[in-house]
Amino acid sequence: MSTSAIIQVTNLRYSYPDGTAALNGVDFQLDLGETVAVLGANGSGKTTFLLHLLGLAEGKNEGEIVVCGMPVRKKNLAQVRQKIGMLFQDSDDQLFMPSVEEDVAFGPLNLGLSPDEVRKRVKESLGQVAMEHVASRPPYHLSAGEKRRVALAGVLAMSPEIILLDEPSTFLDPPAKSSLIEILQSLSQAKILVTHDLILARRLASRAVYFEHGKITAEGDVEEVIEAAGWDGVSRPSAVAAR
Amino acid sequence: MRSLAFEDWSGGGSRIHGLDARVKLLGALTVLLCLATTDRESATAFAGYFALLTTYLAAAGIPLGGSLLRSLIVLPFVAGIAILNLWGGDPSLAILILLRSLLSAYTAVALLATTPFPALLRGLERMLVPPFLLMVLHFVYRYLFLLSSQAQSMARARKCRAPLRRGRTPLWKASAGAIAVLFARSYGRAERIHHAMLARGFQGRFPVLAETGTQRGDWFGLAATVMLAVAIQITARFWMG
Ligand SMILES: Nc1ncnc2c1ncn2[C@@H]1O[C@H](COP(=O)(O)OP(=O)(O)OP(=O)(O)O)[C@@H](O)[C@H]1O
Ligand SMILES: [Mg+2]
Repeated sequence: MSTSAIIQVTNLRYSYPDGTAALNGVDFQLDLGETVAVLGANGSGKTTFLLHLLGLAEGKNEGEIVVCGMPVRKKNLAQVRQKIGMLFQDSDDQLFMPSVEEDVAFGPLNLGLSPDEVRKRVKESLGQVAMEHVASRPPYHLSAGEKRRVALAGVLAMSPEIILLDEPSTFLDPPAKSSLIEILQSLSQAKILVTHDLILARRLASRAVYFEHGKITAEGDVEEVIEAAGWDGVSRPSAVAAR
Repeated sequence: MRSLAFEDWSGGGSRIHGLDARVKLLGALTVLLCLATTDRESATAFAGYFALLTTYLAAAGIPLGGSLLRSLIVLPFVAGIAILNLWGGDPSLAILILLRSLLSAYTAVALLATTPFPALLRGLERMLVPPFLLMVLHFVYRYLFLLSSQAQSMARARKCRAPLRRGRTPLWKASAGAIAVLFARSYGRAERIHHAMLARGFQGRFPVLAETGTQRGDWFGLAATVMLAVAIQITARFWMG
């Protein structure tokens, strides 16, 4: 294990309670400040992998996960969840408080910060995603792009060192996507970016891994992994026209 | 379904909005109890409670028309019972049931329109309602409209695939299947929301940013409301009897 690793996963195996083998021996490392794209087909285990980093999967797993020097076990969970923030695939799952402001405040309040400190963090993180103007609105009236940004603010308000992003560009139109990319580029945290969106992967990640049947079967440079996965023709107009 | 959400109103800044949620909960409970005990002998009390609630809403700056409209939501549920009584030859009982239900709904609207939901939950928590129950309440409130839109889109999808129902599958069977799917989906959603909450450090208790402090006036307000509600009942009884 190199000294700069902030997440180190060794031989992680996991099956869901119904018997579905979702992870079959994952080895993975994330270094300080880097962004790694996680590619892979639907059902290959990407979301399950992210949930494990936060200690959110039910039941037992084999292997080891170490976050910022702490093994992900029950006694460390509170600290691990403070270090890692996660943006979920569906923002509606993440925005559950009645107003944007209260939603962003949810994390910091759980950390036990003072109301003044919480208000400061809410303001700052809404500022980081350019969403101060919706602070008092209920989150479910927002557009998909706005919801995604507010959800991100909720994550940033906890000042995590690592951010997990599960398909952050789903439901976003091209302008909303560009502005999300810009915001993500401005964040200094290390990131794990699960995506099917090659534009996003190319613009944000310095490295990629490819998931197949609960295992990493290719890793390295983003372009190399895209090619190894056979995804390089997928997003080009010529490939569509040829069909 | 949007009309079920009261956030546009409950975020207001009036003195009534700022009252301790427990005061409003107990106040609403008193009015509900009084409504439940109003019968043929004291039916004029309904007018009194209507005036009481309307004054309350007006003082809080809540639109009255909208409040009345939202109270009508109970109508489909009680109309059946009322009609049965009408048939059974007891029109006065039918009217009694209708008025009682509508005013009870109006009371609930008054409570929800002037109390932000987290404050309401905190109030219930301070009244020692079990946290588990509070969490369920929170989820139901927040995701009711998502669930209903999910049900609507499922109904639409079914209509697209089966524009003409051919008498094979009975309706109840098709609906039972749809309800099972809806339940599975809601379960999945509840699980994902719970994950999202844990990921942000949830410890089993909803934090509130601005804890509403109780002022002494709050409890006087409650005492006054209780006395007024009881007085309406007694006056109505004497006046009619
Ligand atoms: N709660 C669950 N119970 C049982 N099996 C599950 C559950 N969640 C996921 N699975 C299964 O585990 C496997 C991995 O699922 P996962 O959601 O991690 O895939 P994914 O790579 O994130 O897919 P996608 O790209 O569609 O989001 C799949 O076979 C899936 O059916
Ligand atoms: Mg997934």
